[in-house]
Amino acid sequence: MITTSSIIKTFRNRNALNNVSVEFPEQCVTAIVGPNGSGKTTLMKIILGLMRPTSGSFTIMGQPGVNNAAAREHMGYMAQIARYPENLTVSEVIAMIRSLRSDAPTVNVDDLIRRFALEQHLGKPMRALSGGTRQKVSAVLAFMFKPSILLLDEPTAGLDPISTARLKESIVEARNAGTAIIVTSHLLSELQEISDRVVYLQDGEVLHNGSVHTLMQQTSTDSLTDAILTLMERGAA
Amino acid sequence: MIMRLMKYVLQDVIRGKWLLFYMLFFLLVTEGMLFFTAGEARTVVGLMNVVLLLIPLASVVFGALHLHNGRDFIELMLSQPVNRKSVYIAMYVGVVLAFLGAFVVGVGIPAAIHGMITSNSVLTLIGTGCLLTMCFFAISFWVAVSFNDRVTGLGVAFALWLLLAIIYDGIVLAITVMFADYPLELATIIMVVLNPIDLARIIVMLTFDYAALMGYTGAVFREFFGSSMGVTVSVASLLLWIAVPFWLGMRKFDKKDW
Repeated sequence: MITTSSIIKTFRNRNALNNVSVEFPEQCVTAIVGPNGSGKTTLMKIILGLMRPTSGSFTIMGQPGVNNAAAREHMGYMAQIARYPENLTVSEVIAMIRSLRSDAPTVNVDDLIRRFALEQHLGKPMRALSGGTRQKVSAVLAFMFKPSILLLDEPTAGLDPISTARLKESIVEARNAGTAIIVTSHLLSELQEISDRVVYLQDGEVLHNGSVHTLMQQTSTDSLTDAILTLMERGAA
Repeated sequence: MIMRLMKYVLQDVIRGKWLLFYMLFFLLVTEGMLFFTAGEARTVVGLMNVVLLLIPLASVVFGALHLHNGRDFIELMLSQPVNRKSVYIAMYVGVVLAFLGAFVVGVGIPAAIHGMITSNSVLTLIGTGCLLTMCFFAISFWVAVSFNDRVTGLGVAFALWLLLAIIYDGIVLAITVMFADYPLELATIIMVVLNPIDLARIIVMLTFDYAALMGYTGAVFREFFGSSMGVTVSVASLLLWIAVPFWLGMRKFDKKDW
């Protein structure tokens, strides 16, 4: 679904990503994990088109991804920080994003709104919403277009337990429907519940790219948290 | 796509408190000037001084803040299948239209009530204010896109306003005094063209034909070009002051890593 080839991203002579070649297959949840400053956000931003690689390339569903806004037609994105125009209402924000892809098929948006308990907030301006409620709006926007690819950056940050559970359900449903899902989170126990594969980044390099099960076997651990801790300790040594 | 996005940007800005204050300020100041000042020329010159200071200041501050505060929202937009240039144009046009509307209503309503809305000098003042709004929003967007740090961006935008609105005239005056023995007409015209606020002042003053109110640079402009040619050159230069920063900002926005 998404294939990156030898991506290098340099900021002021420092490689934030160094020769990253990974695949994010369909019908699979891939967690991108790593310590702070390892390059997770940079990789996500490159795939989203927010940054351009210094060298290397990537494809999205076979189309070139660099400088190609149209390739993001089938993509959904949930940002870590949910900030929207303060004076627009929730329903206006949803309508605005909807208007940008007028030809794209959508799921039943009312169902999504109910799922994330946003009915009573639809008429409220964004400035009046809590961080968690804004995050629920982000979830609706990300899942709205039946995306073939979903990028979720710390998606459960600020969400209450019920909404977190609903979000996980939505992720699993989307995965089962064939969506390629890329997710980052610092909550490794949560990632273990939903992830099939792990890409472990450290200092911009891929140190592990495979299934969660394989990683736990390789590190002789029985949880993703312990496996990642082991990788971090090895990397630091 | 640009129109769809612009509609929502406009809606967002129109509902903000800033815009209401901005409109009420012009409404009160214009009404006050028209009520308390005798004579069209004095009223328009008084208003012009407010317009030349306040529009650039409000435009650079609001423009820089709008772009910096909207950074996360811009990222969401850019993750959609939308051309980067379309996002930039929609944001710029949406914000500028809202501020143009507030300014025109704020000055226009009192002028209409006092029967001065068809006056050539009032219309020129409104038109010049609109050009200044477009110019300083273009500058502030360019500055905001060029600096990732909000405080730095705002600081640079404010410093530019300070330079163009306050310090520049002092520099021009100092140069003309220091080199008084030399022919400075052409140099003065070049210095005026390099400052959009001076250009705006000259456009308004040339409509009066009052040499005493025009100052040194205005007098040189009138002498060099004549009134109508002077206005044409000033307006063309001001349009360049809109187009060049807008293009530079859009180019930066298009290439920027977010």
